[in-house]
Amino acid sequence: MTAARSSLARSVAAHAILIAYTLIALFPVFVIVVNAFKARRDIFNTPLALPTPESFSLVGFETVTSQGNFLLYFQNSLIVTVVALACVLLFGAMAAFALSEYRFRGNTLMGLYLALGIMIPIRLGTVAILQIMVASGLVNTLTALILVYTAQGLPLAIFILSEFMRSVSDDLKNAGRVDGLSEYRIFFTLVLPLVRPALATVAVFTMIPIWNDLWFPLILAPAESTKTVTLGAQMFIGQFVTNWNAVLAALTLAIVPVLVLYLIFSRQLIRGITSGAVK
Amino acid sequence: MAAAAPDEHKPARRWHIAVFLAPAVLVYTAIMIIPLFSTLVQSLFGPEGGQRVFVGLRNFQTLFGDPRWAASFWNALWNNTWFFIIHMLVQNPVGVLLAAILSNPSLRLRGFYRTAIFVPTILSFVIVGFVWKLILSPLWGVAPNMLDAIGLKHLFAPWLGQEGAALTTLALVSVWQFVGIPMMLIYAALLSIPDEVIEAAEIDGVTGAKQFFKIQLPLILPTIGIISILTFVGNFNAFDLIYVSQGAQAGPNGATDILGTLLYRTFFGFQLQQGDPNMGAAIATMMFLIILVGVSIYLFGIQSRMRRYQF
Repeated sequence: MTAARSSLARSVAAHAILIAYTLIALFPVFVIVVNAFKARRDIFNTPLALPTPESFSLVGFETVTSQGNFLLYFQNSLIVTVVALACVLLFGAMAAFALSEYRFRGNTLMGLYLALGIMIPIRLGTVAILQIMVASGLVNTLTALILVYTAQGLPLAIFILSEFMRSVSDDLKNAGRVDGLSEYRIFFTLVLPLVRPALATVAVFTMIPIWNDLWFPLILAPAESTKTVTLGAQMFIGQFVTNWNAVLAALTLAIVPVLVLYLIFSRQLIRGITSGAVK
Repeated sequence: MAAAAPDEHKPARRWHIAVFLAPAVLVYTAIMIIPLFSTLVQSLFGPEGGQRVFVGLRNFQTLFGDPRWAASFWNALWNNTWFFIIHMLVQNPVGVLLAAILSNPSLRLRGFYRTAIFVPTILSFVIVGFVWKLILSPLWGVAPNMLDAIGLKHLFAPWLGQEGAALTTLALVSVWQFVGIPMMLIYAALLSIPDEVIEAAEIDGVTGAKQFFKIQLPLILPTIGIISILTFVGNFNAFDLIYVSQGAQAGPNGATDILGTLLYRTFFGFQLQQGDPNMGAAIATMMFLIILVGVSIYLFGIQSRMRRYQF
């Protein structure tokens, strides 16, 4: 009886702590999104109330769509993220396959070399990266960002993927070799499909920092035509500081797509963190 | 190239290894390793008579000898250290607490809590910085009103504008954003502890908080180590949050200046000061050394001494 009561008390306490923290985590996002749909007066008078028919207003979004190039920024972010992600996954999987499948001289050394970038942030090379991009005429192009993010994402991708590729059965690959498949066919048709869950995990880990990065867009591609959403939102909000409707609307536009993607992929992401990353 | 070297004796048969490695090694070497080393080398050069010439350690002499440079460097380094200390003191304990509660298998709504608490982590610094700037703004009054509701209005102050409070406030905002990562990693580590260990503890009468501190906590120490070093590297490389909420000047009066913002200002210049790539490279080199020392202490001092339990 007392045991049951104490376990009930403990469960209530656990839920109380978790609900409290969930409120802390979600409240700021909630306040921003709710107020983006209100008229200026109501943003200040009743910041915590949901929009009502009287207070509802889209004036902020009108300012954003007429003054900012958010559609273009979205397009830029999407191109950069998707292309860099594809490069990281393809190149990373190929290198991971070479490291985990073949014994060759310098294998361990190559693995360590490629793993350096997990601990040393690429930002520290910014001075020289900018010079390289200036010299090759890539400043203010999306290519510059794609190259940098590919290099940034590769070390962790190779590290995680080679762990997974070691677990692919040798019998399967040897059977493929007996059947006369080339090493390339073995990689693309046998191994890659088997490590798809690992690829998904790596994809999520690679995508979030690319989409959210401010440093490299600010330094390598600050032109209007190559701004990413993160940089675009930062500059837009900087200009419209006093226009609360516009600022809240811009923030909402930046939050909602990421949030929707997260809710779709959260299971994948969480499974990835709880299985692969802890090794 | 290193990738092709192994093929020497049987070149015809093993070209595919080089082909598999080449794209990754090329991009990684050209965009990451070479610029990194080139940046380190450039910290030894400086302008003289309109040209960049080798000046040895002069940039570092300026950085540590010139009172203005030295003051801003030590200020940024100390602020950065404080930023890291706050993360270690708040982020890790909160992460451990949340993970410990979540790892209870009989808890309902686990998936919901996990998903919700992780939301801030996926948002960009730009969003996080502005969201908190608005909420803490005395103009809008969301934070003062909420404190008023629980009778603590007198505690409110425009924290982001106060020299004493701004850095700690921003560190807590950063903790708010990233607490999901330690929570998830520790949660995963707790789940990987086999049931037999827990059952054995229960049979011996070790339960509740005592069980957590005596059995689970020692088993997740390696994970806490990994989280600490990830936090260290992330913190000493931070820039975005400060830049977004306080600008490149890292106000008020440099109170929130960390190494990342100092590097940005030095490299690109601001207002009247000219940008200086060589001094920027010198600061990047110092950041590199700090991170290298931190990572080495972790790898050789902590990780190698920690016992890993294989189940």
